[in-house]
Amino acid sequence: MFELSDISKRFGTTEAARAIDLTVEPGKTTVFIGPSGCGKSTLLRLMIGLIRPDTGRVRYRGETLSPQNAMRLRRKMGYVIQDGGLFPHLTGRGNIALTARFLGWNAERITARMDELVSLTHFPTDGLDRYPAHLSGGQRQRVSLMRALMLDPDVLLMDEPLGSLDPMIRSKLQAELRAIYRALGKTVVMVTHDLAEAGYFGDTIVLMREGRIVQVGSFRDLIDSPADAFVTDFVHAQRSPLEATQGVTP
Amino acid sequence: MVCLALAPPGLAGESAPVRIGSKAFTESVILADIVAHLAKNDGLETEHVKGLGGTRLLWEALLAGKIDIYPEYTGTLSEEIFAGQGIRGVPALREKLAEFSLTMTDSLGFNNTYVIGMKEELATKLGIRSISDLGEHPDLTVRFSNEFMKRADGWDALARRYRLPHRDVRGLEHALAYEALDKGVIQVTDLYATDAKIRKLQLRRLEDNLIHFPKYHAVFVYRTDLEQRAPDFAAALRSLETAIDETAMTSMNARVELDGRSEEHVAAVFLDRERGIQSRVRERSVTEEIARYTLEHLHMVVVSLAGAMLVGIPLGVLAARKLGLAQPILGAVGIIQTIPSIALLVLLIRPVGYFSDELGFPQAVVALFLYSLLPIVRNTYTGLRGISPQLYESAVALGLPPSVRLWRIELPLASRMILAGVKTAAVINVGFATLGGFIGAGGFGEPIFAGIRLNDYGVILQGAIPAAVLALLVQGLFEFVDRMVVPKGLRIEPIE
Repeated sequence: MFELSDISKRFGTTEAARAIDLTVEPGKTTVFIGPSGCGKSTLLRLMIGLIRPDTGRVRYRGETLSPQNAMRLRRKMGYVIQDGGLFPHLTGRGNIALTARFLGWNAERITARMDELVSLTHFPTDGLDRYPAHLSGGQRQRVSLMRALMLDPDVLLMDEPLGSLDPMIRSKLQAELRAIYRALGKTVVMVTHDLAEAGYFGDTIVLMREGRIVQVGSFRDLIDSPADAFVTDFVHAQRSPLEATQGVTP
Repeated sequence: MVCLALAPPGLAGESAPVRIGSKAFTESVILADIVAHLAKNDGLETEHVKGLGGTRLLWEALLAGKIDIYPEYTGTLSEEIFAGQGIRGVPALREKLAEFSLTMTDSLGFNNTYVIGMKEELATKLGIRSISDLGEHPDLTVRFSNEFMKRADGWDALARRYRLPHRDVRGLEHALAYEALDKGVIQVTDLYATDAKIRKLQLRRLEDNLIHFPKYHAVFVYRTDLEQRAPDFAAALRSLETAIDETAMTSMNARVELDGRSEEHVAAVFLDRERGIQSRVRERSVTEEIARYTLEHLHMVVVSLAGAMLVGIPLGVLAARKLGLAQPILGAVGIIQTIPSIALLVLLIRPVGYFSDELGFPQAVVALFLYSLLPIVRNTYTGLRGISPQLYESAVALGLPPSVRLWRIELPLASRMILAGVKTAAVINVGFATLGGFIGAGGFGEPIFAGIRLNDYGVILQGAIPAAVLALLVQGLFEFVDRMVVPKGLRIEPIE
């Protein structure tokens, strides 16, 4: 679905991506993980063309991403960010339908598609006419997801979509989100800093550090056969509280 | 609103009216009114652009053909308009004026030279009779009119001639100097010889014992083409030569400033007595006048603000989109603010004159437009730049083209900030439009400046109170506009 070859990106003195080569498989969920500043979000933003690489290229379904085709290709991708990125001056409905209206969809088609999405995400219908300021954090993320899915894209790019939610809601939404991914069968690329979440969602996990990919593999691969000491440390540092408590017991 | 801008009020008859200018003091207005009555008596259409704020303004207006004639003084021509060229006396001045296709009458019969004055009581106490005597009292507070500070024969030359020791000598609005003198805030200032207030405020004219001041004979300066356009009028004008002596002028000034008659009325009485010319003077009621000021004021504000929005918002968008242009654009609109308003009005007479025959309204509107740009451009820029990167990128990620992002996302998100800029511009504009009084644009500035000129608080308040009320109304109006323009989603309180 995506092929990244020899991607480098520098912000000032920080190298956010160094000679990255990566292939994202269609129909699978790929999770980028790593400590803060490792370049995982940068990689996602490079893939949707929000930023351009200094070297290398991004190919999406065989087509090299460029400023000329970026707008067209973005309509085949859904993008969701941490706080939802909802436009506060538009209602939920206004946010979701924005691009479809611009593309000239008629009201019936918009309503039909929105009905599908509302039932997919279990969103309360009356919430559609509220402004983002009057929606809860979890509702905002659902609206953001519906907005990303409106044009039925081939791929979903999710940048810490659950990052700002409190733990209870987060765990409930994790379950719902995984169900949605399964129901859709779409290619998903997701960024998280939480190993448990990565293990929960990811068919493939990409562990990054300082702009480099350290290891690509399944959750089990990371635990059973870490590529280096950093992987071991990273996995170790994110043990569950339960395991941690057991660990100190003599 | 654009249509209003293209169709300013005014007369556009087949034959151009005789446009008469006057300076912002009583005597000048009376002399101009005398000429206005004369011209009307000859069956000419006239327009009196009253109380323009300074010699430069009138001179520029005359050169640009915005006015045809105005009363001037020979000393002002020699020392200010042709400063440093050593052109003195009527024949030499007339020769010089001919270079500009202008000419002038002979002296009207009085010499309104500058005199240095102080309160009679204080002068007696300190034993000051002449300007030389001032040298022994370096502690006196000395303030001169702004014009006097800058003249070739003004303060600098005077101080040199008399070796005056006073430091910290500054300028102030001439009309305010009398008030300050009377209250004892200042002790010495410049006066005009035919000034009605000399008697009223019991001032002593200090003797010019070294004969520093040149002659200030009153004359009319006018465009030479007036002699072809209206030969009878030009002849009538010349009949005014030597017709008004110092006493007659001082008493006419006193009729206006002390007895509260209008300049128009006093001018009519003069012509009736001297020439048997009957003039109709239409006295308007205060309500009528305030209604007219309000309309003129609103007209200036609405047209200039609409123009500033049409230009300022796109400029702000451009600055926010093309960061290389941000500094040049913001810098340019910022620099405009540093130009003093009167200077800007003078600078605008000619360039604006190419597009409009009228003097006053178009210049005032352009000046207000220029001053309104900064808050609108800056707030548009700041509003757009203040949109969070997440929202900006979300719009890009949706695959929306730049124009749709601008109209559907960015401008609505910046609407509150932009509106705040427009509101600032509007409120400042209402206050600033009073400066239209300087250039004959009308509005609330007209009574304010007339009131200062006449030292009449009642008249000042006719302009000042409605201007303040209008500023408050505009403020209130924008609370309402805020609700209309700013999207609901940005105005509601968030839950949680």
